[in-house]
Amino acid sequence: MYSEKVMDHFINPRNVGEIENPDGVGEVGNARCGDIMKVFLKIENDVIVDVKFKTFGCGAAIATSSMSTELIKGKTIDEALAVTNKTVAESLDGLPPVKMHCSVLAEEAIKAAIEDYRKKQREK
Amino acid sequence: MGDRIYLDHAATTYTKPEVLEEMLPYFTENYGNPSSVHSFGREARKAMDLARERTARALHTDPGNIFFTGSGTEADNWAVKGAALANRKKGNHIITTSIEHHAVLHTCRYLERNGFEVTYLAVDKYGLVDAEQVRNAITDQTILISVMTANNEIGTIQPIREIGTIAKEKGILFHTDAVQAIGSVPIDVEEMNIDLLSLSAHKFYGPKGIGALYMRKGVKVQQILHGGAQERNRRAGTENLPAIVGLGKAIELAVQDIPGHNARLEALRDRLITGILSTVEHTRLNGHPERRLPGNVNFSFEFIEGEALLLSLDIKGIAGSSGSACTSGSLDPSHVLLAIGLPHEIAHGSLRLTLGENNTEEEVDYVLEVLPQVVQKLREMSPLFNQQKGGLEYV
Repeated sequence: MYSEKVMDHFINPRNVGEIENPDGVGEVGNARCGDIMKVFLKIENDVIVDVKFKTFGCGAAIATSSMSTELIKGKTIDEALAVTNKTVAESLDGLPPVKMHCSVLAEEAIKAAIEDYRKKQREK
Repeated sequence: MGDRIYLDHAATTYTKPEVLEEMLPYFTENYGNPSSVHSFGREARKAMDLARERTARALHTDPGNIFFTGSGTEADNWAVKGAALANRKKGNHIITTSIEHHAVLHTCRYLERNGFEVTYLAVDKYGLVDAEQVRNAITDQTILISVMTANNEIGTIQPIREIGTIAKEKGILFHTDAVQAIGSVPIDVEEMNIDLLSLSAHKFYGPKGIGALYMRKGVKVQQILHGGAQERNRRAGTENLPAIVGLGKAIELAVQDIPGHNARLEALRDRLITGILSTVEHTRLNGHPERRLPGNVNFSFEFIEGEALLLSLDIKGIAGSSGSACTSGSLDPSHVLLAIGLPHEIAHGSLRLTLGENNTEEEVDYVLEVLPQVVQKLREMSPLFNQQKGGLEYV
């Protein structure tokens, strides 16, 4: 049911963990629904120099978390904001229809983390 | 120990070689239609009669009370819809439980949409139905009580005998879905006052696609499948003879030595339960500690999700199942886990491992070695889990 790429990112997820003193944090989803993704960003000169995630969820939730962090690592904020759930799903060679919401979660978590970063910037 | 460990026997079992062996001639040699007059038909009829006798013996009843169906689901549909429709003039109220299999629950929902009223009894935290609660739910409109013998997810065994006694006393039909119980819970339909009972061969080492409904002689149950005169004019459709032969052989084997079978499986089950509860923190056992099927283990691991757990175990060669929403195809986790009071997030982290006759202690020990590692790896990835110095806490 899952592509080889999904399984690869599920078995060996990239960028798992947390960043101490992150420049932006985004958390979306809730435990009741069965998935939560939390993204930590380290940003220098509008470039995402490091990204980590923690996810509570199914195989697809973990794989989309992993893939989405790979897609935005080293990218500018604007480039990261251009990453959509479709990009994440396509990079994983597709997701089963019932799991597309997992890729939405990944996109939303990244957007939330960037929003958090911008808010902090404005407060500075 | 092979390279894969199958711990999903509640989903389905393999067909025993001796069962398959009896079935095979009925595909290629004795392929007659049991309804035919000629010798081919008579051979087929004889084989079907033997299967019916074996099934009847296993339930302590007469062969005339056994009707073959295409599945356990069909038997449940027939019993519940058939009894409701046939007794419509007496009343329109059905009593069942909130943890029945969907084959009963969704049938009851259907009947509700068609003028019947259904009481779905709550269960306690172990998934147990209180027989007195059944008694209290009875009204002058009650025509059917349907309570499963044992639950498919958490393995809790219900007080069927007590409920049967109440039903008999009140003159109400009593149906039990015994799909998970055959071969583990001794059944005597007379002693237990059961009027209708559903079973399915592939849960006790028989083939898939064949079930049976026991109907006490004289109970009013409407026909659901109309057509030919098969099954004494009660269930139309040419009989699936090879599968019927398989069911007969399988049920004969399944009830041969229930205490021995249970003792073996319970030893493995308890080794698995004790091993996991003592090594993995923040874990709970779902279902009743004692009144549970001998092969059933059901845990909830906090902070992680069931499908991720199943995939991780599958990679390590362990096949289990989960009540997580992600494995059910719906947004909600298992109705059974919610009914025993688990919060959604804990229900999402459930794992069911169901043992069978071929499982070994060595396999259980492998699970005890692998499962804690897999849980730990997923927890380390989970934002709900925060490993502190010397302790764990919810973030």
